[in-house]
Amino acid sequence: MEAHGATDRTLAGGRLGSVPRWVLGLAPLLLVAAVLAAFAVLDGPGLGERRGPPAEALAVERTVLRPGTIELTVRNDGPDAVQVAQVTVNDAFAQFDGAREPIGRLGSATVRIRQPWVEGEAYEVALVTSSGGTIAHDIPVAVQTPSRDVSFFGLMALLGIYVGVIPVALGMLWLPWVRRIPPGWLRALMGLTIGLLAFLAVDATLEGLELAGEGSQALGGPALVLLGGAVSYLLLTGVGSWLGGRRRSAGAAGAPGGTLALLVAVGIGLHNLGEGVAIGAAYSAGALALGAFLVAGFALHNTTEGLAIVAPVATLRPSVRRLAALGLIAGGPAILGAWIGAAAFSAALAGFLFGFGAGAIVQVIVALSPSLRDEHGRTLHPAAVCAVLSGMAIMFGTGLLVSV
Amino acid sequence: MVGAGAAALHARVPHTHPWDEPAHAATAQKTAHAGHGADGGHAAFRGGTAVDHRANGFDPHEVLRDFDWGTTRRLPSGRVVREWELEAVDREIEVMPGVRFAAWTYNGRIPGPTLRCREGELVRIAFANGSTHPHTIHFHGTHPAEMDGVPGVGAGEIRPGGRTVYEFEAGPAGLHLYHCHVRPLAEHIAKGLYGAFIVDPADGRPDADEMVMVMNGFDTNFDRANEVYAANTIGFAYMDRPIAVPRDQLVRVYLVNVLEYDPVNSFHLHGNLFDYFPTGTSARRGEHTDTVMLCQGQRGLLEWRFPTPGRFMFHAHQSEFTELGWQGLFEVA
Repeated sequence: MEAHGATDRTLAGGRLGSVPRWVLGLAPLLLVAAVLAAFAVLDGPGLGERRGPPAEALAVERTVLRPGTIELTVRNDGPDAVQVAQVTVNDAFAQFDGAREPIGRLGSATVRIRQPWVEGEAYEVALVTSSGGTIAHDIPVAVQTPSRDVSFFGLMALLGIYVGVIPVALGMLWLPWVRRIPPGWLRALMGLTIGLLAFLAVDATLEGLELAGEGSQALGGPALVLLGGAVSYLLLTGVGSWLGGRRRSAGAAGAPGGTLALLVAVGIGLHNLGEGVAIGAAYSAGALALGAFLVAGFALHNTTEGLAIVAPVATLRPSVRRLAALGLIAGGPAILGAWIGAAAFSAALAGFLFGFGAGAIVQVIVALSPSLRDEHGRTLHPAAVCAVLSGMAIMFGTGLLVSV
Repeated sequence: MVGAGAAALHARVPHTHPWDEPAHAATAQKTAHAGHGADGGHAAFRGGTAVDHRANGFDPHEVLRDFDWGTTRRLPSGRVVREWELEAVDREIEVMPGVRFAAWTYNGRIPGPTLRCREGELVRIAFANGSTHPHTIHFHGTHPAEMDGVPGVGAGEIRPGGRTVYEFEAGPAGLHLYHCHVRPLAEHIAKGLYGAFIVDPADGRPDADEMVMVMNGFDTNFDRANEVYAANTIGFAYMDRPIAVPRDQLVRVYLVNVLEYDPVNSFHLHGNLFDYFPTGTSARRGEHTDTVMLCQGQRGLLEWRFPTPGRFMFHAHQSEFTELGWQGLFEVA
C-alpha cells in the first residue's frame, strides 16, 4: 500500500512532472484517434471481408398522401448503404422520384410514388433494394394528408386550445374552493394530484415506447423514451434546486408553494406537449376523428390537471396574472405539440417527447410528495393512499373516453 | 447507380436484329414513357432505368428467336446424332433494373438454350457442372430411366466439377422442357435452371415466325413468393421494345411455364384468338381461344395470324403477374 502510493507520486511528480496537465488529459484521446486511424487505413487488419449479404434496414418515418402520389420518407437503420431500385404498390411496379443515390447509414430520403390511390383503401408499398430485398410499408387506410397552410395550423392551434388550455384553465377554477378546505383535505387533494400525475407518467411512457418502437431503431428506439425521461427529470430537478437556492439566499421563508405550482405546471406542460404531438400526428394521418365527444373527453381528462396546479398554491394569494401564466405553461404546449405532430412528425421525436413529459411528471411527483406529510410525519398515511388511488381511478375512467 | 449506367449503355449499343427495324425502336421509346403517367398507364420499372442485357450476357429479344440446333453427325447406320454441351454456371444477373440476383444457370443464360431437334434423332447432351452445388438435367419427354436426370438413378446428382452425358432418342414430337431435379427442387428451379426442349415432327411444321417464351419469375427476397414475373426472364422487356411481327404471317409461340411458388400462370393475347396445341404433341388443335392457363411444367404451341397492323398486348391474365413484369407488345407492320 505504502509502496504503491510512492510509485504513484513518483509517476505524477517525477518523470512526467514537467508535462502540462492538459497534455496528460488529452493524450489517451489522441492515442485512441491514432489507433482508429491506423485501423481504418489498414482496413481492419485480421478481420477480412465481412461475410454475408448486406444488412439492409429502412424505417419509414413519414407517409404523405396527396392526390395521385404516395410519399414515403425513409431512414437507413442498418449498417450498410441501401439503394432503392424499384417500388411496388399492391403488387404492381410503380413510377417514383427520389432516392436515386444509395442511402447511407442514418441517412434519409424521400420517395414520391405515382399511384392513383383511392380514399379509404389499404395499400402495401414495397421498396425493392438493389440486393432484391423488400422493405414493406402498410398504409391501413389511405386518407389525404392535410396541406400545411395557415388554416391548417389554425385548426391545430384550436385543437391545442380545446384539449390543453381550456381544460387546464377550467380546472384551476377550483382554487377558491381549495382555499377554504381544512389542511387534512388539502393533503388528500395533493394525494389525488399525485395519483393523477402517476397515471399520466405511466400512460405517457407506454405510449412513447409504442411510438418509438415504430420508428427508426438506429436512433435509439424505445431507449429514446427513457433518455427523454432522464433528461427532463434531471433538468427540472436542477431548475427546482436553483430556484430553491435563490429563494433561500433572498431570505424568503416558508412554503415553497409557488415553486411547486410552477414545477407542476412545467411538468404538465411538457406532458401536454407530447399529447399534442400525438393528437396532431393522428389527425394528420387521418386516424383521429375530431368528434365533439373526443374533445369533450380530453377536456374532462385534462381538467384534473388544472386542479393539480392550484393545489400547491392554496395557502398563498397568487395574482390572476400569475395564475394565467401557470395555466398557459401547463396547457399552451399542447398547441405547439399539435403543430409539431402535424407538420414534422417522426416516431423517434414523438417517443422522445413522451419520455420527456413522463420524466417531468415523475420529478413533479417527487417534489409534491412532502406536502402529503401529516402531523405525525407520515407520507403514505391511509388518507393519502386513498387519495392517490382515487386520482389514478379518475384518470383511468376519463382516459377511457379518449383512446386515440 | 447500376440502372442509369445500364440504360446509357443499352442506348449506345446498336441492336442489329433482323426483326428490329429502327422505326420500331423509336416508337418503342414512346411506349416505354406512355406508361409513366400518374393516373393509370401501364405498370413499368422506374423511368430511366433498364436492365443491362450485355452484362447479363443475354437479351430477351435474342432468346425469343434463338433455337439451338446443336451439332449433328451421321452414324454409319445413317442415323442422325445431335449433340449439345450444357454447363451449369453460378452467375449474378440483373433481374430488374438495379436489382442483382445470384442465379444458377445453364450456359450463363436464363432460360437455358432452347434445344431443338427432330423426332427420332439420337440426342446427346454433355453436361458439365461448373456450379458450386450439385445439379442434374431432367428432360421431359420419353427416355430410359437412367437418363432421367434425377438423384439416385443413372448418373444421379452431378457433383460440382463433375460431368455426364444424357443420351436418348428424341420423342415424342412436341414441346418439352428440361430443368434441374436436385433437392431442394423449388430453389434449383427458381434460381434459373430450366429451358425449352423442342422436338419437331419428322415431317416438320408449317413455316411460321417462331418464338419461344418461357414464363418465369424471381424470388429476390427468398420469401417463397416472386418479386418479378416475365416471359424469358426480364419483365417488361417486350413492353419497352415490342416484338415486331409481319402482318398476315403465321406466328407460332412455343410457350412453357416453369414459374415456381405460384400454382398457375397464363398467357392472354389481345385483339385476336389463337389455336392452342397442348404440349404440341398433336396436329389437332385443342382450343381456339385468347387465354390459356398452365401449371408448372405445362406447355403448348400457340398459332395465329395478325390480319391488321398495330400494337397488340400479350400478358399473363393474372393482373398481379402482369403488373409485376409479365406483359409485352406485338408490333404488327
